Amino acid sequence: MADGTAMPLAGGTDILPGWANGASRRPLIDLSGVPDFAGRIDEDAHGWSFGALTTWSQLAAAPLPPYFDAAKQAALEVGGRQIQNRATLVGNLCNASPAADGVTALMCLDTVVQLRSLRGSRSVALADFVTGNRQTVRAADELVTGLAVPRRGQDARSIFRKLGARRYLVISIAMVAVLLEGSRRELKRAAIAVGSCSARPMRVTSLEREIAGRDAACLAAAAGAALPELAPISDVRATSAYRTHAARTLIAGAVSDCAALLP
Amino acid sequence: MILMNVNGAERQVEVAPDTRLSGVLRDTLGLTGTKIGCDAGDCGACTVLLDGEQVCACLVLAGQAEGYAVTTVEGLQSRPLAAALQRAFLAHGAAQCGICTPGMLMAATDLVERNASPTKTEVEDALGGVLCRCTGYVKIVEAVLDHASFHDGAVVKAGMGWVGERLVKVDGQRKVDGTEKFGADLVPDGCLELRAVRSPHAHARFHFGDLDAFELAHPGVSVFIAGDVPGNNSFGVFPSHRDQPVLADGYIRYRGEAVAALVGPAALVDAIADGDLPLEWTLLHPLSGIDAALEPGAAQLHERAPGNVLVQGRQVTGDAAAALSACAHIAAQEFETGFVEHAYIEPEAGYAERKGDRIEVFVSTQTPYMDRGEVAWVLGIQPSQVRIIPSAIGGGFGGKIDMAVQQLVAVAAWTLGKPVRCVFTRGESIAATVKRHPARMRARLGCDAAGTLQAFEFHADFNTGPYASCGSIVANRVPIHAMGPYRVPAVNCTTRAVYTNDSIAGAFRGFGVPQAAMVHEALMDELADRAGIDRLEFRHRNALRPGDRTATSQQLGESVGMRECLDALRPYWQAALADCDAFNAKGGVYRRGVGIGCMWYGIGNTSQPNPSSMRVALARHGRFVLFSGAVDIGQGASTILMQVCAEALGVPVADIDLVSGDTDLTLDAGKSSASRQAFISGNAVRFAAMDLRRKLLRYAEAGDAACMRLEGDAIVFEEGASRYRLAIDDMVAEEGELVMVGTGHFDPPTTPLDENGAGVPYATYAFAAQIAIVEVHLALGTVSVKRIVAAHDVGRAINPTQVEGQIHGGIAQGIGLALMEEHLPGRTENLHDYLIPTFGDIPDIDIILIEKREPLGPYGAKGIGEPALIPTAPAILNAIHHATGVRLERIPATPDRVWSALQGRNT
Ligand SMILES: Cc1cc2nc3c(=O)[nH]c(=O)nc-3n(C[C@H](O)[C@H](O)[C@H](O)COP(=O)(O)OP(=O)(O)OC[C@H]3O[C@@H](n4cnc5c(N)ncnc54)[C@H](O)[C@@H]3O)c2cc1C
Ligand code: FES
Ligand code: FES
Repeated sequence: MADGTAMPLAGGTDILPGWANGASRRPLIDLSGVPDFAGRIDEDAHGWSFGALTTWSQLAAAPLPPYFDAAKQAALEVGGRQIQNRATLVGNLCNASPAADGVTALMCLDTVVQLRSLRGSRSVALADFVTGNRQTVRAADELVTGLAVPRRGQDARSIFRKLGARRYLVISIAMVAVLLEGSRRELKRAAIAVGSCSARPMRVTSLEREIAGRDAACLAAAAGAALPELAPISDVRATSAYRTHAARTLIAGAVSDCAALLP
Repeated sequence: MILMNVNGAERQVEVAPDTRLSGVLRDTLGLTGTKIGCDAGDCGACTVLLDGEQVCACLVLAGQAEGYAVTTVEGLQSRPLAAALQRAFLAHGAAQCGICTPGMLMAATDLVERNASPTKTEVEDALGGVLCRCTGYVKIVEAVLDHASFHDGAVVKAGMGWVGERLVKVDGQRKVDGTEKFGADLVPDGCLELRAVRSPHAHARFHFGDLDAFELAHPGVSVFIAGDVPGNNSFGVFPSHRDQPVLADGYIRYRGEAVAALVGPAALVDAIADGDLPLEWTLLHPLSGIDAALEPGAAQLHERAPGNVLVQGRQVTGDAAAALSACAHIAAQEFETGFVEHAYIEPEAGYAERKGDRIEVFVSTQTPYMDRGEVAWVLGIQPSQVRIIPSAIGGGFGGKIDMAVQQLVAVAAWTLGKPVRCVFTRGESIAATVKRHPARMRARLGCDAAGTLQAFEFHADFNTGPYASCGSIVANRVPIHAMGPYRVPAVNCTTRAVYTNDSIAGAFRGFGVPQAAMVHEALMDELADRAGIDRLEFRHRNALRPGDRTATSQQLGESVGMRECLDALRPYWQAALADCDAFNAKGGVYRRGVGIGCMWYGIGNTSQPNPSSMRVALARHGRFVLFSGAVDIGQGASTILMQVCAEALGVPVADIDLVSGDTDLTLDAGKSSASRQAFISGNAVRFAAMDLRRKLLRYAEAGDAACMRLEGDAIVFEEGASRYRLAIDDMVAEEGELVMVGTGHFDPPTTPLDENGAGVPYATYAFAAQIAIVEVHLALGTVSVKRIVAAHDVGRAINPTQVEGQIHGGIAQGIGLALMEEHLPGRTENLHDYLIPTFGDIPDIDIILIEKREPLGPYGAKGIGEPALIPTAPAILNAIHHATGVRLERIPATPDRVWSALQGRNT
């Protein structure tokens, strides 16, 4: 591991399919034997923490405040149940696919990624952790030890919307996670993340700023947003023009649906 | 050494910790009930329980399962809820080919053990990770929801199992308990593994470097190349079109073509990367798409096909051009479709074993007798030296007509004298084997002012890929069907099948007719609108009727249920129109639309002899035996043939055993294709059973009306008050253990077509109409099918459960065709980029069976396999048009394509 040739193995749902698709096999380090890495969800003074091997099923079933709803909805979109039972949150972040539903959902929660190596520990905001298509700041000798999600107010709500060409087991054409805090009369804060529309899932901070402080009736702004953060490509799933348009449509829908959940 | 508890027993397995659990279960522990469809988490066929939770066994490593409790399908019997699920699956007909069934049962067990009365959505969410290509999921959901009714045993009420009964599949039990043997499930001792090295290039020349040195460096592995094929290095679907090499001879015509075969112990073969082989490529410009292949000066892919045209089809009656110019209303349409992948959940698999001067091939195939001939040709031996033993077939849909592993394992096993097996990976299955033909079509249809059709003009170019396969079948079948099930006096239909360097196109449920149906049904809608007539009524007015003459001048008989199908749909149609109006009046971002699609389909091969022969015997041990060469590819042929046999003999189906497919034990029943087994083999079985019954009655000197019954080692005849008991032991055997044998033969009465396409191409036709209700999201372009109502004239439903199952599965494939499926060579060679419908993509489906009995058919039956799929995509496309005003000119109707069309850009 220290020399970076071995690969940490969590749920294996990204690593093993890679073998069938022709990826060469690297030595694996099975993390399931490491007690510190066990799947767990705990609440502490600052918020919530997640063990490195926490699976999407565990997240979906956990009693968590409503601002985790987007993450829970995303959890149930990561493959089918047999994938969710194995696949970990951390694996999704480390794999860093542009189409990672998990990254997108966890981004709007300002998730912090905790890393450790023989050289020491560090914490990196998820938005900075994933740097590109299958690229992260994780060094080859570093392991992700867990995730931390800061506590939000009672008035925080979130929602996740995924667009794919079929209902189950589908790689997203585009997806959106929205977290709003405040009330329908005054939105204190908005966090909006979009996936499959750039080399990595992105927060659309321009729109977040535009919405903050306004009332829910002004959300029409979302539908016409410029979204300069996104740079979608054309692939087998959709054209880039469509992706931009779909992202806008999904954002508008998700923001207004989420606002409707606010107190 | 890894310890795990498997189905309640502690097991120690000696495997590397990075072996997939699916491999441990199948290869080390022999638990082949767990299936492998992709090795990538995409299909769910390998689903098992790990400490009670469903996981993909292909995504768990042996080391990760250490200390866990693993439950497989073989361990379900002892769990009461799981056993109830198995019985529910049987009773509901939830298993067709059965390759997905173990995975489905595992996922369902996980669900019902936590939640004994789940909702439909909960069932779909829990099973959503398992794909099924046969059933359309409908009966699986029904079975899970109804499992509580099966807690206390007994699935089946004892009946005669005759025609019209919902007999449980005769091979059903094996499919739900995991004992069914598919192509990859039997491995003879000492079996070597074969892997084909395939071309990454679509068009190239190549030569090998020093293969001797390569073999020396890889002891234990043999390399087979073109020159090693002992007989002829060619095969095909027709002896006249054997244009595909077993192993490419220096020239590559498509990406995925086999260049060499590596044969040896699995570990040695797996250790070799394709790139290790000394191979040098010279890349050529690939002819991708029809235009490139037709361009003047384009490379000629086959010597005998100048201009790269494999074959042309033609169907002409009257003067269509003149008649069109006289029409009050004319509609025109251009339309394009892409490659569509069969995506059966079982990749191609099998083994061959040499036995002296004979060879046996155990393989997943739709056509054992064709395989026998082709394997003999490739090996340079007589067909009688070849025995094909069909495995259970995990889905075919036309894709397992062409040979895939057969020719390779046969060559290697024949040469090496050792058994050799080959199991395709998913990527290989998609890259190397046949697809639905991409079609580029243009057509015009005209009617008079009263809305009566006058003339139809149609041309289609089909991309048949690098090899002929079933290209000529498609090119010849389509012109006959292209005008749809309507009376059209003047017709001019032409087709071409064009060789290219794309994927091989072959048979896929409907032989090109589904593509053409999208055109004629779009035109019917357009014309109805122009003539100001309701779309359903316009079809009704023009529908073929009994006694009509078709465009080929064939006079139809009595069994023409097209108008009855439309009559049955009318109330649903009118309600749907009203519902759409009300829904759309509310505004909003969704628009609802209803569409209708009609079809007709000639049963059996086009104007060619396509006989079936069957034998039914009374065996010494006191049972009847049906020897059937018609393979059951999941469609249920075995079950319905047994039902026909039972009724014709006049005995309960429980008294009959079935021997199926094995070419040493059965007669040639032809291919399981062209929806022909119910009609053609059904008749052959009926005649064979009647023959045996007649012989037995004569022997017993009983009258024609006598009842016949097995009673221990005797057969009893009863007629009125008289009763006669015949001890089977007293009878002289006709052959071996068979005391008396009846034979039956049927070849549907057809005639060749003349140069204009006149003649009798098929003995009978199936008819159908489906309506689809869709909702389109105007901003996202997403299409959601809400409901389908399907009316099918099947002649007679020999087994209504199975007919419904075929219709559900056909509709699911039709939805895939319309909305999501397109294979792009090199880009969609897995099941996450190539999308087929999942549990959540299937609407509510209502089925109306119309039984216009076919006097020629067995008890009136015609066929359903392909007809089930054909009307669906047209109905959906017409519904999208109704909802949005957009007429798509290309499928699949993916969200981005629909959105573009809504913006006025048809892409
Ligand atoms: C059929 C199927 C459907 C899928 N559908 C979706 C979907 O809809 N949406 C979606 O977002 N994803 C989907 N996935 C992808 C996958 O399931 C997720 O990305 C999953 O969360 C990965 O987690 P894992 O634990 O299985 O990762 P693994 O495969 O074990 O690892 C993934 C990567 O993360 C690294 N890694 C894991 N843990 C650590 C650690 N603690 N420290 C350092 N590195 C680590 C590994 O070395 C590897 O590079 C699907 C996968 C399959 C097979
Ligand atoms: S074989 Fe495991 S999911 Fe397909
Ligand atoms: S029955 Fe499901 S794949 Fe055949």
